[in-house]
Amino acid sequence: MIQKLLLLGDEAIAQGAIDAGISGVYAYPGTPSTEITEYIQSSNDARERKIRSSWSANEKTAMESAIGMSYAGKRSLICMKHVGLNVAADPFINSAITGANGGLVVLSADDPSMHSSQNEQDSRFYGKFAMIPIMEPSNQQEAYDMTRYAFDLSEKFGTPVLLRITTRLAHSRAGVVRKAITEQNKLHLPSNLKQFILLPSIARKQFNILLGKQSAFEAEAATSGYDVLTGGNDTSIGVIACGLSYNYLMEHYPDDDLPYPVLKIGQYPIPRDLLNQLYESVDEILVLEDGYPIIEELLRGILNKGKKIRGRMDGSIPLAGELNPNIVAIALNLKVEKGHDTPSIVEGRPPSLCEGCSHTDTFTALNEVMLDYSPGRVFSDIGCYTLSALPPLESINTSVDMGASITMAIGATDAGLIPSIATIGDSTFTHSGITGLLDAVNTKSPITVIINDNSTTGMTGGQDSAAFEKVEEICRGVGVEAEHIRIIKPLRRYHDENVKVIREEINYKGVSVIIAKRECIQTLGRRMKLKALEKREAESDN
Amino acid sequence: MNKDIILAGVGGQGILTIATVIGTAALLEGLQLKQAEVHGMSQRGGEVQSHLRISSNAISSDLIPEGKADLIISIEPMESLRYVHMLNKKKGWLVTSMNPFINISDYPPIEDVLQAIWDIPRNVSIDAEKVAKEQGSVKAANIVVLGAASPYLGISYESLEKAIESIFARKCKEIVKLNLKALAAGKNYADKRT
Repeated sequence: MIQKLLLLGDEAIAQGAIDAGISGVYAYPGTPSTEITEYIQSSNDARERKIRSSWSANEKTAMESAIGMSYAGKRSLICMKHVGLNVAADPFINSAITGANGGLVVLSADDPSMHSSQNEQDSRFYGKFAMIPIMEPSNQQEAYDMTRYAFDLSEKFGTPVLLRITTRLAHSRAGVVRKAITEQNKLHLPSNLKQFILLPSIARKQFNILLGKQSAFEAEAATSGYDVLTGGNDTSIGVIACGLSYNYLMEHYPDDDLPYPVLKIGQYPIPRDLLNQLYESVDEILVLEDGYPIIEELLRGILNKGKKIRGRMDGSIPLAGELNPNIVAIALNLKVEKGHDTPSIVEGRPPSLCEGCSHTDTFTALNEVMLDYSPGRVFSDIGCYTLSALPPLESINTSVDMGASITMAIGATDAGLIPSIATIGDSTFTHSGITGLLDAVNTKSPITVIINDNSTTGMTGGQDSAAFEKVEEICRGVGVEAEHIRIIKPLRRYHDENVKVIREEINYKGVSVIIAKRECIQTLGRRMKLKALEKREAESDN
Repeated sequence: MNKDIILAGVGGQGILTIATVIGTAALLEGLQLKQAEVHGMSQRGGEVQSHLRISSNAISSDLIPEGKADLIISIEPMESLRYVHMLNKKKGWLVTSMNPFINISDYPPIEDVLQAIWDIPRNVSIDAEKVAKEQGSVKAANIVVLGAASPYLGISYESLEKAIESIFARKCKEIVKLNLKALAAGKNYADKRT
């Protein structure tokens, strides 16, 4: 069966995972990783094969569920954006100690240049930290092939494997050749039923097993074909090109006539033999990494006394931001073209809340109440509503990580900033806000939490929210007093009423929650469109 | 054959539809392609761009190198200017709608925007909303701009038509017809100019 599909990098990974015989995908939405799970959710192959694919409450629950599926002998994929791996770090690191039974592949999508993220951390550090193999595809076909290979690798060595991509590959489309589908594993438990019990006595044994696998991981990378040393008689420079950066390098040599030796890296740990061959044969080395200078720093060593190593650390390449063909050209002293000068009249056009968005009405009401207080009291979170930081609303003062609005407000009131307000979305609330609210209830913190409940995970395009129709019940269950759980409808016509409710609850010197409940204008529009279409089809059938 | 195209606009204007039409047409002609999109935050009324590369040979980079784009296709005039540094100074074409999308308070005077576009050698500017309305719906403005860019794509007009037919086939026949008319009207406009 040979079938060529036009796929995003994300979709190539999804198709690769389906064809590798996964029984489940576990994920929380996060740009640029969201499309992987969405592709599996809408895939007929996945449906026929009963691959479970509904969204998890957060990356940690996703990771743990996937470890459970691996324990039971089946293959599972976990998908997240890079900062999601921080949330899942506990089970992720420990899964390296337990090892895998069924294939366990963790996909982390990094976002250098922070197109839609709060940092540009490099997930390869996590892979190294956990001491597991890492795969880093350079194109869509490799994304497909490596996903399949990663599951085989995982089962061959009984280890989780980290698959690392960046935004560019995640969201770029190209032709992908699909290969035959692998059958799903049968339910089978690990032969050692104690390996997943990380009591110190067992964990010590398991850790030694992991340490013992390291040389085999390296040997595998040397022979898999994903780390390759090629070409070039001009030994004045040797190039190490990790993942996507290989394309930016080869862009300048369309006839494959790169004069320098190049070590293309797609798999870690990097084979030392190949690295040594390159190092010994060239005068200096240029390291191309779309992310932090991990390989570059290792090669330099702390004293930098060996051969000249060029890259981000010596300024050949900027320290921050994603690579592109021009940056690589400049690092190689190649001539770069210049286009026209951008006219000075061009203004920035930042993203904004949609026309008719419920958040606009909520924050307009909140802004009015906050006029009574000194500024700097609104702690917010990760989601569409973070855009209320920008003009014209300029309502919020913080956005750090998922759930931090509530907990930061607690800390601020402890320091004496009373009142402090938290604003958080419904999906973010169930992702990481509930435990913070419990803290607030237990310490009777004088905070008001506004939950922007739009019944969806909006920022990533409207995925199902784990909080759907549960927010009020959860707040009550956590222990917020019923009379201080207020529900408002954020619409312009209820503005005065909403201002009154917000003011009353801010005046209450205990934990209060205001649920601002109105459906996301985008999901509502989509639902209405679908309804109209169905109606039209029904009419034309009659 | 080798074409590097920057698609520009504001979130929700339909630049990804244009990309899909060109991409499908390129595949019909047996060409290879890479197309880098922008998702997530940029969709909320912010600037949106896509790099579309078409070639008879293998394509390396997902991103077009600066100063090497053959064509900018933009559904919004100021957005077309945002990427002129990407355009090949010697042979690149700029094709854009003249209809401003004003959702920022400091949007420059439209006369200045249009003048800056006309100052770029090899430009086509079109009142795409008016032309689309004449064909039946302002919603087809993106396809009008695509039509105006069609002489510079290096892909046959027939392939573009076939692509539109296959992409909009899931919707009703009227929508296919509207978009084919919009494509033709855009092309006519560009042909008359040259």
